[in-house]
Amino acid sequence: MNYIIESLSQVFGNKPSRPSKDEQPEALKAIYKGKVGNLSKADIESARHEHRKTCCNKWTRRRWITIILVNFLFLVSYKFDVQLLEGAMTASRFVGFHFADLNSALQVMLAYKHVVLNLVIGTTTVFIMWLLLGGRTFCSWVCPYHLLAEWTEMIHVWLVGKKIIKGHTFHRKTRSVFYVIFALLALLSGYTVFETISPTGILSRAIIYGPGVALIWVGILLLFETFVSRRAWCRYVCPIGVTYAVVGTISPLRVTYNAENCHHEGDCRKICEVPHVLDLTIRGRAHDINLDVVSDCTRCGMCVDVCPTDSLNFKFKGLDKFL
Amino acid sequence: MTEPTKKKKPILSKNRRQSNRREFIRSAVLTAGVVTLSLTGFIPVVQGTSSRLRPPGALKNLLDEQKFYSSCIKCGQCVQVCPVNAIKLADLDEGVGVGLPYIDAREQACDFSCDGLQCVLACPTGSLTHDLDYPADTRMGFARMDKPKSCLAVQGKGFKGVARGPDYKGLLRYDEIDRWNPLPVAEHDYDVEICDLCVRQCPIEIRITQCVEKEKKREEAKSAGKLARVAEQHGNECPPKHAIEMQVIQDRNGLMTMVPAVLDGCVGCGVCEMICPVEGDPAIVVDIDKITDWG
Repeated sequence: MNYIIESLSQVFGNKPSRPSKDEQPEALKAIYKGKVGNLSKADIESARHEHRKTCCNKWTRRRWITIILVNFLFLVSYKFDVQLLEGAMTASRFVGFHFADLNSALQVMLAYKHVVLNLVIGTTTVFIMWLLLGGRTFCSWVCPYHLLAEWTEMIHVWLVGKKIIKGHTFHRKTRSVFYVIFALLALLSGYTVFETISPTGILSRAIIYGPGVALIWVGILLLFETFVSRRAWCRYVCPIGVTYAVVGTISPLRVTYNAENCHHEGDCRKICEVPHVLDLTIRGRAHDINLDVVSDCTRCGMCVDVCPTDSLNFKFKGLDKFL
Repeated sequence: MTEPTKKKKPILSKNRRQSNRREFIRSAVLTAGVVTLSLTGFIPVVQGTSSRLRPPGALKNLLDEQKFYSSCIKCGQCVQVCPVNAIKLADLDEGVGVGLPYIDAREQACDFSCDGLQCVLACPTGSLTHDLDYPADTRMGFARMDKPKSCLAVQGKGFKGVARGPDYKGLLRYDEIDRWNPLPVAEHDYDVEICDLCVRQCPIEIRITQCVEKEKKREEAKSAGKLARVAEQHGNECPPKHAIEMQVIQDRNGLMTMVPAVLDGCVGCGVCEMICPVEGDPAIVVDIDKITDWG
């Protein structure tokens, strides 16, 4: 229950809650205390160095392959008429079964003011799928815009690192404001206004049906993210992310954090798309020794890859009991 | 260890407060900017420039396409099932209509060669309404003689050769050649004394001919004492109302001339516009609203 409340609170833009000292269990406090002076900076440096040699980008690689494969499957299904995955990211048929993006379906139902049976079937299927797979998993494992944004993010981080540009942040509640605005716009105007500017839909259609002028808008967004604000669309605007983050609050697939292994050096927070979810890795900020990362997490696995001390891991809640 | 005090609002430094204020202003500007941009999508709708020929069964009446806009989820499944690739998706210049399916009849009309209205069946939201059963039930638009002076029939001319030139990419079903696969128009030679391509290729007129033949067969079978199959007995939408025919009229000089006349049964599929062999703009076009000012 705490997980759901904390997740929703962060999804809608509140700061991660800070535990007071008496809320933390003794064992956790002992861990925080015990570590002082235990590992020197040099030790951590060597651990990171060791880690980089052995690991890296395992999940990123899998994820990129998945994004490309899924979008390629859409394209192939159309071009060669194999009928595996027909349609686009907004709505499709997977070997005949209706799939509908939750947010697109919501926008349509708000604008059209009818409950369309096929959409109910499609959204139920998709809801169950992302419920099992982690909600915002959609963002980092399927959304074509995410992949492009990741690449421009690399440029942005490099530019900021070289002090060529300065990164700007926005208030995270902006995304909630957008969510309400787009829902109201659909309801009041009767047009699916968000679809017009959704880079996910635009890109998906461009991949499948060929490029168009709409790609210029996607280009502008990517330029904005490169030179002004890191991952601005996904962090501060996109209602699709909010919808799936809400689904993710009751998903069993999560990233878990173990305070015992953590050295708080913060590599995970530097690469995270939604770094507020990893605030619990800051020394003194966890509520417990073992915690799940809240549902705004896209389950991209970059923190799992980068963590030199195996403090962050994927888990499927309840699965270990069965196995 | 400090005393477990009640959480107080932390007192922020001046710098922190200033940066918070800046962040707030930036966020407000971002919100206003993105919302304004998304609202510019209404411009083509307000101007009415985004109205186009839509696939069969599109939820709309005359020029009001609002329901079609709202119910379409912009997935393009209708595009994927069309055997002649008549359906395309609108681009961002159509504003909130981005991703909405349309048909450019001159380039590739809907010739109903799927028979079963597959785009309607594919639509996941009922934006192409399932109320349609047969091609003849739809009213995508209405054909209109736009440039009677350039019409070959009006000029008393015939037509010989391929309708739209050898480089034309469009497809049509030529029932007598291949029932199941649409063929390139560029591979089909015509040789007619008075041009009647728009009537000849009209899917509704072709359907009527089929109905007549079927009826004849049924009569024959009946007289031979055999029972027709149930499907044949009930037929489907047989015969639809006539859509277009060649009429004889008298021109200004008192000469008799032929002219295609659009009739009530026209569904606005656009095949006449597509096949019209006149170079450049076709003599006959499909309007998306019902306006007939000639014929």
